[in-house]
Amino acid sequence: MSAISMKVNGKAVCGTVEPRTLLVEFLRENLGLTGTHVGCDTSQCGACVVHVNGKAIKSCTALAVACDGAEVTTVEGLAKNGKLHPMQEAFREHHGLQCGFCTPGMLMAAVDLVKRKGKKLDEATIRHELEGNICRCTGYHNIVKAIQAGAENM
Amino acid sequence: MDNFNYHRPSKPADAAKAMKKAKDGKFMSGGMTLLPTMKQGLASPTDIIDLGGLKNSGVTAAAAKVVVKAGTVHADVASDKGVKKAIPALAKLASGIGDPHVRNRGTIGGSIANNDPAADYPAAVVGLGATVQTSARKIPGDKFFTGMFETALKSDEIVSAVEFPVPKRAAYVKFPNPASRYAMVGVMVAELKDGSVRVAVTGAGPKVFRVPEMEKALQAKFSADAIAGIQVKAKGLNSDIHASPEYRAHLVNVLARRAVAAAK
Repeated sequence: MSAISMKVNGKAVCGTVEPRTLLVEFLRENLGLTGTHVGCDTSQCGACVVHVNGKAIKSCTALAVACDGAEVTTVEGLAKNGKLHPMQEAFREHHGLQCGFCTPGMLMAAVDLVKRKGKKLDEATIRHELEGNICRCTGYHNIVKAIQAGAENM
Repeated sequence: MDNFNYHRPSKPADAAKAMKKAKDGKFMSGGMTLLPTMKQGLASPTDIIDLGGLKNSGVTAAAAKVVVKAGTVHADVASDKGVKKAIPALAKLASGIGDPHVRNRGTIGGSIANNDPAADYPAAVVGLGATVQTSARKIPGDKFFTGMFETALKSDEIVSAVEFPVPKRAAYVKFPNPASRYAMVGVMVAELKDGSVRVAVTGAGPKVFRVPEMEKALQAKFSADAIAGIQVKAKGLNSDIHASPEYRAHLVNVLARRAVAAAK
């Protein structure tokens, strides 16, 4: 077992984990942050995307010990003072979800995308950038619309 | 996933030592292949030696060559201004690996050391005539990939950087598997500064290979027409649920022609 500490959504946290503990397991089981989902467990679906030191990664494919000392943002860290993040608001407004399972990863991927590519995003760019996030309900149309609108409001 | 001992050395020598002591050790860089493989129970090493602690990342792009340190993630190669200017084909290749989240974690050293038959980087290493620097020596790209998931690396040898000579022009075109984004076939075509031409194919066979007939034809005339009639043999190419050997052989020609047309 290894003692690890990190900053999650601005708060210092620590815990003891086995080497094989995945970052997503640490977030969900040790910290109770169940907003980050495990969809496929094979690094394809993107439901588990979180930001580690400012970069979007798949938390089902990272060891918690390897993230010792990192700054992590999960979907729980997007809303501030009880107010939804503009990207969350846009997903609600544009009906960017149905069952909602993929939504945490979609949101984290979208916020990362805006950080990298700016607020003016065309449809082709958004679709290309969503290659690592799978949604089985919406057919993506409303997700793309939501990201476009959310980006402008960020 | 089975448990293992975790090591995070800060020096290559300590990494090599940890590997020597381990019963069945594995070096891990980004972990984008190793961790999924372990989760499926296809690998269960006794020790993971995480190379992230070496902090060996960064790109140096000059007029004659681009040097990419082994721990550099794909996203950084894809967005590096120097790489985009010196070898746009390399930046484009990196920008098409996996997806954005994988590109933030997967590294060039990990990709080539793993040598997945459908990985993109082997096509760049062989197609651009690169040299692989390791903790012990320099290995020419042509000699680095020895078989499916096998390389010339010794068990405790670590990739430290890859040196790409800047070509006159080059392009990489791939036909990605729509689910995994791995190359069903990917072709790097490059005309090097000495006038020689290289055509390197990944995804089609058990490991990256060159197509000498195409190289010869392109050296005489660098145009897509010059290779229109040159087909690689289907025999020995990969066969799986995604594509037959014949289909892959066909793709090699189509993608090689597209790469020639796109080379800059």
